[in-house]
Amino acid sequence: MELTRRGALALGAGAALSLVLPAASARAAIEDSIANFTGGADIGEGGITLTTPEIAENGNTVPISVAAPGAVAIMVLASGNPNPDVGIFRFGPLAANQAASTRIRLNGTQDVIAIAEMADGSFVQVANNVKVTIGGCGG
Amino acid sequence: MSGEVKPRVRVPGTAAAGETIVIKTLINHRMETGLRKDSDGNTIPRQIINRFTCEFNGETVIDVAVEPAVSTNPYFEFEAVVPEAGEFVFKWYDDNGDVYETTKAIEIG
Repeated sequence: MELTRRGALALGAGAALSLVLPAASARAAIEDSIANFTGGADIGEGGITLTTPEIAENGNTVPISVAAPGAVAIMVLASGNPNPDVGIFRFGPLAANQAASTRIRLNGTQDVIAIAEMADGSFVQVANNVKVTIGGCGG
Repeated sequence: MSGEVKPRVRVPGTAAAGETIVIKTLINHRMETGLRKDSDGNTIPRQIINRFTCEFNGETVIDVAVEPAVSTNPYFEFEAVVPEAGEFVFKWYDDNGDVYETTKAIEIG
């Protein structure tokens, strides 16, 4: 096949599009998850802590902790995973504080996001970047 | 699979009334994400723990909606208030419909 200028441009545009599309769909998935959780409410900052390692050598098991005093629920999202949802922690009347720790999978270096729903119905969020040496989603 | 699933929970045996205690839970489970493929290229179906709950004398301590991004052998650590003597009930809900349950009694003393 002879590579014309027009053909090369079309190829380039196609390649660029295929790079952009997955990123856009991932962002849409995150926005969907957030909208499901918040119902479209505004999200503020402060009052929530997310503890993550700066560098995770093994993406299969990354220890994280979230805490948001006065929250009724905390959602955790991994923005760079094939499915960004990680989990939603709902706290009952016998929770001593609104905090929990677990271990999660991260597919690669990415932002981990935590959003808390406060007792008054407001939302706050925090995001931490975690550098991952070996990804943990089996891909 | 249910035969090999064994929940492990660490709860102190005694506490003062109203005291805050730390609870650590672990259950051995593959947490198959549904994203991996076997050696023949077939997708391995998803099978995870999709929910974890902890109750004390019928009142909720924590209720977690779990997604495939939680690691193999899911671990949860959290804190609970112990208003009186009683029993913690822990439940893990498997995608296949199984519910793994364990209980821990706590005394006031």
